[in-house]
Amino acid sequence: MDVNPHTDTDTQDYQLDEPLAPKRTRFEEFWRLFKKNRLAIAGMVFFILFFVVAIIGLALTSGNDPFLDPALVRLQEKLRPPLAKPNFTMLQPDEVPTLGVYVFGTDDLGRDVFARMLQGSWVSLTVGFVAVGIAIIIGIFLGGIAGYYGQRHIQIKQLIVGGFLAVGLLLIIFDLFWVGLVLLICSSACNLLSFLIKKSADAKAKPAWKRFWYFNTISVDTLIMRFVDIMLCFPSFFLILTVVALLPASIYNIMIVIGLTSWMGTTRFVRAEFLSLREQDFVAAAQALGLNDYRIIFRHMMPNAVAPVLVSATIGIASAILTEAGLSFLGFGVPPPYATWGNILSGGKGFIFDAPWLTFVPGFAILMVVLSFNLFGEGLRDVLNPKLRERN
Amino acid sequence: MLSFIGRSIIQKIITLFFVSIVSFLIIHLAPGEPSQVDPLNPKFTPEMVARFREAFHLDEPLYMQYLYFYRDLFTGKTISWKDSQPVLKKIWDRFLNSLPLFIVGTILTWTISFPVGIRSALFRGGIYDRSSTFFAYLLISIPGFFFAYILIIFVVTQFQVPVIGMETFGIGDTAWTNRAMDRIWHLLLPSLLGATGGIAVLSRYVRSQMLEVEGQDYVRTAKAKGLAPDQVHYKHALRNALLPFVTMFGLILPGLIGGSVIIESIFAWPGMGRMAYEAILARDYPVILTINFVSAVLVLIGTFISDLLYLIVDPRIRL
Repeated sequence: MDVNPHTDTDTQDYQLDEPLAPKRTRFEEFWRLFKKNRLAIAGMVFFILFFVVAIIGLALTSGNDPFLDPALVRLQEKLRPPLAKPNFTMLQPDEVPTLGVYVFGTDDLGRDVFARMLQGSWVSLTVGFVAVGIAIIIGIFLGGIAGYYGQRHIQIKQLIVGGFLAVGLLLIIFDLFWVGLVLLICSSACNLLSFLIKKSADAKAKPAWKRFWYFNTISVDTLIMRFVDIMLCFPSFFLILTVVALLPASIYNIMIVIGLTSWMGTTRFVRAEFLSLREQDFVAAAQALGLNDYRIIFRHMMPNAVAPVLVSATIGIASAILTEAGLSFLGFGVPPPYATWGNILSGGKGFIFDAPWLTFVPGFAILMVVLSFNLFGEGLRDVLNPKLRERN
Repeated sequence: MLSFIGRSIIQKIITLFFVSIVSFLIIHLAPGEPSQVDPLNPKFTPEMVARFREAFHLDEPLYMQYLYFYRDLFTGKTISWKDSQPVLKKIWDRFLNSLPLFIVGTILTWTISFPVGIRSALFRGGIYDRSSTFFAYLLISIPGFFFAYILIIFVVTQFQVPVIGMETFGIGDTAWTNRAMDRIWHLLLPSLLGATGGIAVLSRYVRSQMLEVEGQDYVRTAKAKGLAPDQVHYKHALRNALLPFVTMFGLILPGLIGGSVIIESIFAWPGMGRMAYEAILARDYPVILTINFVSAVLVLIGTFISDLLYLIVDPRIRL
């Protein structure tokens, strides 16, 4: 532009209305970069396909009279290879498969592997998403507190109240009900006491014992990050296996346990992002405007910290699906008549030479889904990372 | 330096204390009791259950059980509930079985991933780089048990050798060469499987480290003054790119006791992972807790060693 803004006011207005750089929305910019990465595109297509298949699979295989019955046992038709035609003379009319062909063959009880795979896809999908959802929520919450409020110190009074509370609850759990209850009452008494002290001690200079009462100990950040360290000491698959084996068999327990043991990475990411974001000018501006902390954290800081969380969530789904498959393979988790990819594979391990499709069909399904999530996640990481982004 | 060591040891002991509490609570608060493992066994009369509970302090309140357990652990007197063997001796026996798997797996991981990672960093964007990237993702994504069966089918049909267990059953009297080959065949598959994930992750990490160092100014200077490319890559760049990996020697320590539950179950390898799995199935609490405790200790020692190594090898870090 060679127009002098001092002489030509019209052009100046024009310039203010329309910025010079081509304006793209955030999504357009994202898509423009993302479609260059062919592996990531392939991952995303497969990811959407998996989503659709899982939902269709749930619709086709659930209910009292499902379209494809994954639990129907046909002992005379066991271990038929993929694409085999059913032997109509041996079957009752209601045992004939709806599609007229065993697409993925049958297993050692003559159940249709195709129907079982469809049923299992829903399990993999929900385990992946719910487990990672739990992990992300815990991670954002703890990481956000550690990052935003991390420099605040825990005072002696809070330590006393919290200590009484924790020890009391522990003792109640540890079969010492009455002592625990007394400690709980002590805890609430201390809380009340500190409330009263605060009310009265506004004007006067504080005596020594009150200074002790408000003495700063470790910071919030230290507390949360030490907790992360403790959780990282456990061998994760072994811990999950132990808890799942001790709890009653249910798909929800698996989701919760995987979620509760995999939030540490997210916490660290969110904390690191928040530590750098809270020093930036837009946060200082928001604070100067008098916005409350809730709004600053969730409307102003969170959208800027969401990229690494999204990436670790995508890759987390992949590893949650792998963990669930490993658990079903070992025979834990979902109770038997219900199919998961892991237990189809586990059921086929006695026939790897006679009926390899029982190993290869679920194995490839798991491989493709996990691979697509990993590729999609890595593509997201490349696109969302401004340091790696090339200028146009 | 000394104050750093002192502080981190105290910190790690506190962490270990909380780990011991949390793992104890997880195990003991789960529903069900070890004395009810086998309710259908006719030998398990109520008197037996009572004697069992008496012998293992199960009637005491939970905090007393905690104290008893860790007193026994530190004096080395913990015994398994299942067969009354000393737990530490059981773990040691199984550890010796897992050790060859661990050693071979680690050697495979470190010898394969470095050349692959360095080469794909040097030829960034080329066909070699792209295919090794894809293979790395493939290896990260493949479920270990599925890969195990593919390899078993392949090896057994192509080479006609048995691979399950630590050695072929009844091989006792043959020549030592046969026995050695047999052991190697049995060792190869499980350790390769144990190494796959490590190879994929480590080679990606080597690649990104190498790329970062290659982009730095002093490497450009070295190129500009006309050094041979090999000397620039392997003498100037690689030495600095290797820094973070020195510290990773500390982080492989926890792998010593982990053992892979799934791989060892598939190959019927009597190692640590399999013992842990059997202990979980039998609700053998002392074994589960001891393995958990020992592996937490190894994780902490590992991070401590890696911090120390970082201090020693990287002069930029000052305390």
